[in-house]
Amino acid sequence: MNIKRLTLTQKRALLGILFIMPWLLGFVFLFATPLFQSIHFSLSNMKIAPGGGYTLDFIGWDNFKNAMSIDPNFNRILTQSLSEMAWNVPMILFFSLFTATLLNTRFVGRPFARAIFFLPVILASGAIAAAQTSGLIQLTGSSEMAKELGQQQNGFDPLTLAFTLSDAGLPMWFIDYIISAVQRIYEIIKSSGVQILIFLAALQSVPVSMYEVAKMEGATAYETFWKITFPMVSPLILTNIIYTIIDSFTNSQVTTTIYNTAFQSQNFGLSAAMSWIYTAVISIILIIVGILVSRRVFYYN
Amino acid sequence: MQKARNKTASLLWLIFRYILIIGISFIILYPILQQLSVAFKDKTDIYNPTIYMIPVHFTMENVRYAMAVLNYWPLLKNTLIFAASTTLLQAASCSLAGYGFARFNFPGKNILFTLVVLTILIPSSTLMVPMYIHFRSFDLFGAIHLVTGKEGINMLNTYGPSLITAAFANGLKSGLFIYIFRQFFRGMPGEIEEAALIDGAGGIRTFFTIMLPNAIPPLITVILFAFVWQYNDIFYASLFNSSSDLMSIKVSSLPADVNQYLPGIMGIGTGTNVKVDPNQVSLIVDTGILLAISPMIAMYLFVQRFFVESVERSGVVG
Repeated sequence: MNIKRLTLTQKRALLGILFIMPWLLGFVFLFATPLFQSIHFSLSNMKIAPGGGYTLDFIGWDNFKNAMSIDPNFNRILTQSLSEMAWNVPMILFFSLFTATLLNTRFVGRPFARAIFFLPVILASGAIAAAQTSGLIQLTGSSEMAKELGQQQNGFDPLTLAFTLSDAGLPMWFIDYIISAVQRIYEIIKSSGVQILIFLAALQSVPVSMYEVAKMEGATAYETFWKITFPMVSPLILTNIIYTIIDSFTNSQVTTTIYNTAFQSQNFGLSAAMSWIYTAVISIILIIVGILVSRRVFYYN
Repeated sequence: MQKARNKTASLLWLIFRYILIIGISFIILYPILQQLSVAFKDKTDIYNPTIYMIPVHFTMENVRYAMAVLNYWPLLKNTLIFAASTTLLQAASCSLAGYGFARFNFPGKNILFTLVVLTILIPSSTLMVPMYIHFRSFDLFGAIHLVTGKEGINMLNTYGPSLITAAFANGLKSGLFIYIFRQFFRGMPGEIEEAALIDGAGGIRTFFTIMLPNAIPPLITVILFAFVWQYNDIFYASLFNSSSDLMSIKVSSLPADVNQYLPGIMGIGTGTNVKVDPNQVSLIVDTGILLAISPMIAMYLFVQRFFVESVERSGVVG
């Protein structure tokens, strides 16, 4: 072959393509093909034959109309997940940035604290989180006795906390606030593991000399944070927002609905249409957020 | 005076920080502690309201029952083999792709990398139905149809789909892993490769003998993430392996399973009418969940030191 006659640049290019070959093949056959099939399915009435294979009748936009106006739940579930996301994303961002700053300072027992803080990365995904919820339902569903027990055994015991706080003589509104915060905080902590990691890595990459200069010039810790730390990690805020949005959608009710529509109701076309509506909504949100945030992001280099 | 005030302020800040850290740690650890307490609690202790956390009657009964319902050891072995093999394939294919994107110039590279990012952004539910159909009658470019005349192989309920998607870097969150590897390899000095080239090593050899051994930080990060997510994954598992022996499948059907099988295991009898005390059922369910997460926790305790360090150095950031 004439491989000897290629220039070094061409050889390198070929080698590069060789390295990405597994991914490229996978992308074409396991991502792009299903993606186009999915568009095709969403525009068709699809029946699966028992032996394998399927039939498609082209029906145009009917599946989309069905999902948006006839299906009783889809709209509600979609808007619900959207509003939940809008509520959670700022909280998760704030919490993870705060925690990362906290973990970035030196203190006795930091390795230990870090180990604990990243534990949710392991525990708060998929099957185990789902099972913990269903275990709770199981318990609280049985009787009044079991209900009380359920609250003692799973999650936090807001009652005990409320009693302790009111014994301490705190006003009622404050107790309410604390309890709601405490009940939500587990959810927030659970879903901010990866975000803390990303922020922590960002904080590590801020040059120490900047802080030294700020200290010499007499800046307070508050000023240092807003003038140095925050701008330096701001590109990662965008990354984290995108990650949080995607993450909050992958575990959402919408995915479950789409799954059930396909494999329980056997309505594959409708399910594909739903997933495309969902994808479109996510893309629009990501684009808007991307444009809004990237204007304010500060790039050091 | 000023100095004294500064000292008090920093002392107060120190105390405040510790309270926060200990508080958050407690919130994270609390459910696990509770499950531990539940796992060793005798069923008579459920009705004793004076008991908090530490059981009076220690027992291994719950653990034994939960293990029997889950068929724990074979299940664990099965799941670990499955997760380990997909993880290795994924780490291999994603590191290759990451290196290719980081270090070589070829036409269309930027467009292709944009497509990698696209695979991260598109929700997996969009691909669900076509993938299901694809693996229901799996056929490599129509070759099987040509040779045997059949519709293709039904790969559902085998590990085939997960292994294939992992080997071709399109598995669970592969896009993210390619991204991590790319960022890391981009940050490595180019002189290393030039030196290797001058010494006569080809591109592939350079990768395996020089780049990969130096890429331990991102490898640890990716292997840990890939393993944990695969172990916990319920979406693809229920799509492709709904009746396989996988921990995530078994855990999600655990409450129902306990209700069904516990009477038989306890020797009360079988049948739909025989019911065990619901509180005991939930004891066993909680214990089962603990059994399911304990390998993860054990592994995490073992690798977390490397993991936290590696995340800091692997440049997840870019």
